[in-house]
Amino acid sequence: MLTYVLRRVGLGLTVLLATLVASFLLFFAGPADPAQAMCPEQRCSPERLTEIRENLGLDRPLAAQFTEYFGGLFVGRDFEFAGDVVHCSAPCLGMSFLTKRPVSEEIFSRFPATVLLALGTVVVLLAVGLTVGVITARARGSALDRLLIGGSQVFGAIPYYVVALVFALYATRIHGILPQAMPLSDGLPGFLAGLIAPCLLLGLVYSAGYARYTRSAMIETLATDYVRTARSKGLDEVTVVRSHALRAAIGPVVTILGLDVAALLSGTLVTEKIFEIDGIGKLSIDALARDDLPVIMGTVLVTAVLVVTLNLVVDIAYSFVDPRVRLS
Amino acid sequence: MIPDGRVDPPADVVLDVTDLSIAFPTDEGLLQAVSGLSFQARLGRTLAIVGESGSGKTVASMAVLGLHDPRRTRISGSIRLEGEEVVGAPEWMLQALRSTTAAMVFQDPLSALHPFHKVGRQIAEAYRAHHPVSKAVAQRRAVEMLDRVGIPNPHRRANQFPHEFSGGMRQRAMIALGLVNNPRLLIADEPTTALDVTVQAQILDLLGDLRREFGSAVILITHDLAVVAETADDLLVMYAGRAVEQGPARQVLGRPSHPYTEALLQSLPSPSADLGLLRTIPGNPPSLLAPPPGCAFHPRCVFSDRVGAPCRTEVPAWRAAPGESHRHVRCHLEDPVTAIDAGGLR
Ligand SMILES: Nc1ncnc2c1ncn2[C@@H]1O[C@H](COP(=O)(O)OP(=O)(O)OP(=O)(O)O)[C@@H](O)[C@H]1O
Ligand code: SF4
Ligand SMILES: [Mg+2]
Repeated sequence: MLTYVLRRVGLGLTVLLATLVASFLLFFAGPADPAQAMCPEQRCSPERLTEIRENLGLDRPLAAQFTEYFGGLFVGRDFEFAGDVVHCSAPCLGMSFLTKRPVSEEIFSRFPATVLLALGTVVVLLAVGLTVGVITARARGSALDRLLIGGSQVFGAIPYYVVALVFALYATRIHGILPQAMPLSDGLPGFLAGLIAPCLLLGLVYSAGYARYTRSAMIETLATDYVRTARSKGLDEVTVVRSHALRAAIGPVVTILGLDVAALLSGTLVTEKIFEIDGIGKLSIDALARDDLPVIMGTVLVTAVLVVTLNLVVDIAYSFVDPRVRLS
Repeated sequence: MIPDGRVDPPADVVLDVTDLSIAFPTDEGLLQAVSGLSFQARLGRTLAIVGESGSGKTVASMAVLGLHDPRRTRISGSIRLEGEEVVGAPEWMLQALRSTTAAMVFQDPLSALHPFHKVGRQIAEAYRAHHPVSKAVAQRRAVEMLDRVGIPNPHRRANQFPHEFSGGMRQRAMIALGLVNNPRLLIADEPTTALDVTVQAQILDLLGDLRREFGSAVILITHDLAVVAETADDLLVMYAGRAVEQGPARQVLGRPSHPYTEALLQSLPSPSADLGLLRTIPGNPPSLLAPPPGCAFHPRCVFSDRVGAPCRTEVPAWRAAPGESHRHVRCHLEDPVTAIDAGGLR
């Protein structure tokens, strides 16, 4: 088990390093000129551009820039903006060209919103997805089954942003059934209330897929010999379904959930934009729109770390779900 | 056999099955797994059920515990467990009788035990479903059961998963699970298949001991006529979902009253040496979706020419075997025992 975990951690670190190099090459050797981004005015003189490039170290060889960036991740580094020296402490992901604040600060200040949004979404998607999946599996072939599964397919076929826009418009703006978004700085209760609508929406949209995975996995496990054994013991139906059939069906769901949580934590672009939530997703969109390369790269790296970590967590969690994989 | 106005069976009859039919609607049509099946199981006795794969042994046993999904199964007839009707009984009643009045040891213990639950817990859970005790007490009971079925180190074993058990150990654990609530009737579905001979003998001894100790009834489903000869008091032979003959095991094996039983015995490696595993008999097992008309065995029966048309058109009635008390047979031959004795090749 320990060697397995160590091997997986090693593999994860390799993936992260590769992502780091690839994104560095793509962004810093790419077409967008960071100096232009920092000096967007029309009258930006060539001298000013050169000065900015020097300050950012952009005139130095690529390898040197990479070494500095890489070193910054572990020990932090100092940046100079128009005479001021700004310290960027480890893990330093560079400085935002636009706000002149360390990228890591920008990202971590957005994290609470994104994490809470992801958490709320997971609660809704599991509650709805598992319930619908179990009900339809038990009533497979019935009118209820066809209605719920057919409905979820139709629902899933509509482009997400359309659903999101309509939902935001009707639920929070026109009818005001659910509270609108509020920044975290205005107090926690208002902020949390504002998350209800997007969590409900995202959770419901995701739950369609989970209902279908759960349904097909449950149809399989309900027909197994060990569920028949559970019934033959005289257990009540709730115990049979929950701790025998669902217990065995949950494995694949955990796997998919891990990847979806990684995606949710790396920011839900459309949702955060539409519901005006100041999270990682909104940060990436804004950074993209304004060529703020260090921020873009920072979010890419953080996403990579999340995906790699959650994959590892899922694999370890899976070994607790299925004792048979623990030995190998 | 007489559904209306039948008299109460003797008190030692724990299971009384009358005219049981079970069919599954499938995509290819109605699959008639069991038809017009009647038999009884008595306390302190072992009833063996033999028949080819697909003859309906497991389907019929599951019905005794009411384990078929009513939405996907058509069941008619009557199953009385200690006088209580099981067919059509409400779920709460079935839950109360499962594992206490009748318990089942399923075939293939690797798939019948939950792969994610520890063996001890699976047994304790069955005990707790019927006794208001704490988890610790139930766990102690599970360890005790594992010990009783001859599993060494029962404490350690109770905390292991089924995949950590050998085949014979899993079978023992399955039996421990079947016996944890001291059932009046234990149905053991092929408990010795796929085990080596020594373990087989141990498992059968175990079933015999427990039957003697508790005076319960045992139904032993098997493919192995040697096992029947050694352990069974009574024998029921099934073919294509129907009982074809029933009677005291020794009599049935000694002088079969049905051509199918005779064919089973003929297919054994050597009539004088030990009875071994069933070999296949000539011809194919019948389809249950479109069974042969008349007697389902007629395409493979060497006696059907002697009887003629009725074998191909009329299902023979389930009747007392002529000249043999306590025996029943389903065959058009007028005096099957004598006919087989005379016409057999033994
Ligand atoms: N739920 C079900 N739906 C449809 N068909 C079924 C179902 N359960 C069993 N059958 C069919 O009923 C027939 C009888 O099956 P059963 O399991 O009782 O045979 P068996 O005598 O126990 O055979 P074996 O010796 O192989 O265990 C088989 O053809 C089987 O495919
Ligand atoms: S009824 Fe006819 S076909 Fe069937 S077993 Fe008897 S003799 Fe053979
Ligand atoms: Mg079977």
